[in-house]
Amino acid sequence: MKVDKGWNPYLAGALSGLVSIGSIWYAGKYFGASTTFVRTTGMMEKIFSPERVASMPYFIKEVPMVDWQWMFVIGIAIGAFVASISSGSFRFQAVPAMWQEKFGSSIAPRAVVAFIGGIFAMFGARLAEGCPSGHGLSGSLQLAVSGFIALACFFIGGLITANWLYKGGGKQ
Amino acid sequence: MMELFYGLITGILFGFLLQKGRVLRYDKQIAALRLQDMTIVKFMLSHIIVAMVGVYFLYDMGLVKLSLKPTILGGVIIGGILFGLGWGLLGYCPGTSLGALGEGRWDAIWGITGMLVGAGIYAEAYPYLQKTVLTWGDYGKITIPQVLGVNHWLIIVLFVVMTGFLFRWLEKKGL
Repeated sequence: MKVDKGWNPYLAGALSGLVSIGSIWYAGKYFGASTTFVRTTGMMEKIFSPERVASMPYFIKEVPMVDWQWMFVIGIAIGAFVASISSGSFRFQAVPAMWQEKFGSSIAPRAVVAFIGGIFAMFGARLAEGCPSGHGLSGSLQLAVSGFIALACFFIGGLITANWLYKGGGKQ
Repeated sequence: MMELFYGLITGILFGFLLQKGRVLRYDKQIAALRLQDMTIVKFMLSHIIVAMVGVYFLYDMGLVKLSLKPTILGGVIIGGILFGLGWGLLGYCPGTSLGALGEGRWDAIWGITGMLVGAGIYAEAYPYLQKTVLTWGDYGKITIPQVLGVNHWLIIVLFVVMTGFLFRWLEKKGL
């Protein structure tokens, strides 16, 4: 069986850094992703109660609409699809391998934990005003104090729950 | 309209490289948090040092503007840790969740749904947070060289050298 190793992460990361420079130069846009979730939620809420959304301070700040970043995030899915098809690494997978080894292959536990994790992650990202893209990459590359503090806090929080979830071993 | 097109193209290129670098996977993200495999750290830091040098070079030439997020300690620290706690459970971050879906890892859907709900809850809580947490320790838009009162290239060179040592150490340890 051919082992799917992908590209050297230093090379892929460095090339993505060049993409980032190009985006900042040509379009004036720094990478980010989490605001898109706010806009999407706002667009969905607008279907049911447009007046209420129009009056909410956070949706006045982050207007629910399709913008540069929204298209960027959709682009990530398309780019990943193209890359995975071209290298034969596309897989329909309901439960990640590491998870399956520790918790089994049933879908419901993974769904519940991922859903709860998602709620916390996005609430936190909005409170911090950025995620690993906005703070971690774009903030840090500009030497922003906020970027480095956020990046450290992301890893501290992640170390806590990932090691709590997998305590007592699993795959070494 | 052009702006939306640029966004899409940039996203496709970034998603392509994220997938090639194998950083979209749950297993890679959680392995980094369990200190077993630092692929995502290598990817992120390589991105950061290349873009840091490039962007500050263009900045000095007057060709780009910086876009700094304010350093509000209450928001960044509490929000950052909350994000991390959620990330350790989910195993995808907002950007990589869409990428993971793109390569067929459809458990990302649960995470994406959770994140949309989380965004909605935040929007409800925002007026309260704006008066409390988001006023704690607001230092405005600051950078490390500004705080230290030194030229940014000094910090950039130091950062690149330190990252180089970290990479060498990671390779030696087989992480």
